[in-house]
Amino acid sequence: MADVVLLGDEAVALGAIHAGLTAAYAYPGTPSTEIVEYLIRHQAQHGRPLATWAANEKTAYEEALGVSMAGRRSLVAMKHVGLNVAADPFMNSALVEIHGGLVVVVADDPGMHSSQNEQDSRYFADYARIVCLEPATQQDAYEMTREAFDLSERFHIPVLVRLVTRLAHSRAAVQPGDRRPEHPVGKSQLPQGWTLLPSNARIQWRRLLERQQDFRSYAEACVHNPLVLNDRGRELGVITAGIARNYYAENLEELSFEPSHLHIGAYPVPAAKVRALVGHVQAVLVLEEGYPFVERMLRGLLAPPIPVHGKESGALPADGELTPDLVRAALGLPARPGRAACGLPLPPRPPQLCAGCPHADTFDALRIALDGIAQPVVTSDIGCYALGALPPYNAIESCVCMGASVGMAKGASDAGLRPAVGVVGDSTFLHSGVTPLMDAAASDADMTLVIVDNETIAMTGGQPTVLPPSRLEGVVRGLGVDPAHVHVLEAHHRHTAANAAVLRREIEHHGLSVVIMVRECIETAAIRARDRKAKDAPPA
Amino acid sequence: MKYDIILAGVGGQGVLSAGTIIASSAMHEGLAVKQSEVHGMSQRGGEVLAHLRLADAPVASDLIPLGAASMILSMEPLESLRYLEYLSPQGAIVASADPVRNIPDYPDLAGLLAAIRGVPGAVLVESGRLARESGSARATNMVMVGAASHRVPVSVETLEHFIESLFRPKGARVVETNLRAFRAGRGASA
Repeated sequence: MADVVLLGDEAVALGAIHAGLTAAYAYPGTPSTEIVEYLIRHQAQHGRPLATWAANEKTAYEEALGVSMAGRRSLVAMKHVGLNVAADPFMNSALVEIHGGLVVVVADDPGMHSSQNEQDSRYFADYARIVCLEPATQQDAYEMTREAFDLSERFHIPVLVRLVTRLAHSRAAVQPGDRRPEHPVGKSQLPQGWTLLPSNARIQWRRLLERQQDFRSYAEACVHNPLVLNDRGRELGVITAGIARNYYAENLEELSFEPSHLHIGAYPVPAAKVRALVGHVQAVLVLEEGYPFVERMLRGLLAPPIPVHGKESGALPADGELTPDLVRAALGLPARPGRAACGLPLPPRPPQLCAGCPHADTFDALRIALDGIAQPVVTSDIGCYALGALPPYNAIESCVCMGASVGMAKGASDAGLRPAVGVVGDSTFLHSGVTPLMDAAASDADMTLVIVDNETIAMTGGQPTVLPPSRLEGVVRGLGVDPAHVHVLEAHHRHTAANAAVLRREIEHHGLSVVIMVRECIETAAIRARDRKAKDAPPA
Repeated sequence: MKYDIILAGVGGQGVLSAGTIIASSAMHEGLAVKQSEVHGMSQRGGEVLAHLRLADAPVASDLIPLGAASMILSMEPLESLRYLEYLSPQGAIVASADPVRNIPDYPDLAGLLAAIRGVPGAVLVESGRLARESGSARATNMVMVGAASHRVPVSVETLEHFIESLFRPKGARVVETNLRAFRAGRGASA
């Protein structure tokens, strides 16, 4: 096959297709979204493999797990915080007898380009005691995804592929290999290996612990963990992990010598190779994207035999993304001569709600509804509407994790802080807001939930929600919310005064109320209009 | 040969499409290419930055080091200055002179344009007018690709070929508009 230009995310998707993937599942989340978007486009053109959006990362993971039990290869993709949602199936699937290859692709977002934290998924792989692969290039992303399926079947574990934003969202040419066929359906013949009753789970846990030696042997011998010991320049050795290798390579030719170097692309950390490097040099610099995962292992609790430089020593910043320039400074190279900043004040240009966004009309109505109330609290959630925290809206007071607005409004109300209003998007509600609303309905909590329904998953590029918008009201009523306090309103500025009056009435009601504010995202509406126009245009 | 381009602008201006045209053209002409983009929240009307790296040998880092860029290609004047420290001492700025004022504290435009002109060889383009004259205000990005085309190490024919193939799914009229915009930008910066 000829070279193709792919994002890191897309290289993962193509690698999975060529590995004989049967099905892929995900909930959209930056920077992982393009993996399953690619697979969905591929399915539309070629029919297979199956690729679908799921309600959330946990349901996505469990669907993938079922594919594995049926003996076929499956992939589940998510952003780093999505793995928190899927942590239950993830941690427990490490103990089951994985049958068809199961690959978990997690895209971390160091620097928080579009996330609320910068957690490092390598810790999760370590926590689950499984193998983790960390590509440094788009080609690696393609090849490691393929290999991850083989490793999953060889070791009978899920294998985690860790991406970071700069690889997920960077394009380069990839040389693909051959495509292998899908496995036929072939049910696991070890039901006890899938039934984690305590008696079975103890056996499976011991088996996983026994396999640790196999994982370590794999990592020591692995081509993804090359060690080069040089006799010149023993004053410094370098350990790179993942894309940090690229920033190291970018600066290497300017060093007066080539340091001995261990690159880590496969975990568990190859301890013998680390010891060989450390025994060969007088100091070691650890370059890794995310948390100081490898560095902290080297540092340990007791003094290491040689100085260890990295994020914990201050050689590199403890937070944010690596850059070629930060790595350059850590290597002791002077800054490149460049152009000075222009000196003028350059105000930042933060993201903002689009002109005409229905959320803006909802915030206007909510502001009027809350006018004159002494101490209201407005919890909110993950999505475009989180921008309502910024001026000119200043409409919301929290944004923590998917669905938290619902439970937090109930908790604030339980504590006596009223009125409590939660603002959640339609897709975030379906992802993780339904169960806390069930809690609120069970106790008729004194709170109002505003579901801002723009009929799409807007922030990640307009993916369809898992249920059509018309079903939302039925879901809310089905949870037992009093129908007299469930309203569906159009989020449009021509209705702002009337919408504010309904919101005010429900905010003053001492019990649970849900107001669904509906209007399609202007961005998806515009895209649909453009697509229609293009279809009508004469062919080029 | 290395040619690093900082692509800048405001979300919705087509910064990434401009990058795609240059990147596809460079690949077609046998260069190694890496293009790092921003997606998600960082795109909504906020500042957009993409790193495009072209070279005749494999490219290591997806990000351009400070002081290494051969060009800042910006769809907007304020945004072109935000990344000045990426520019090498020999590097060029090719920027639109038309501001996107979607923030309350947008600086004095004359000062911004003077700072851009202060960079030797700076090219300022009236991209809004040229795009409208070409048939669509949305074609600003192709005006700017045209303005950059004198310097980027790929041929005009290849760039035009990839403009055609990018816009072909949107119909013949859109292709023509964007080619006109490209040529207008090229003409204005000759």
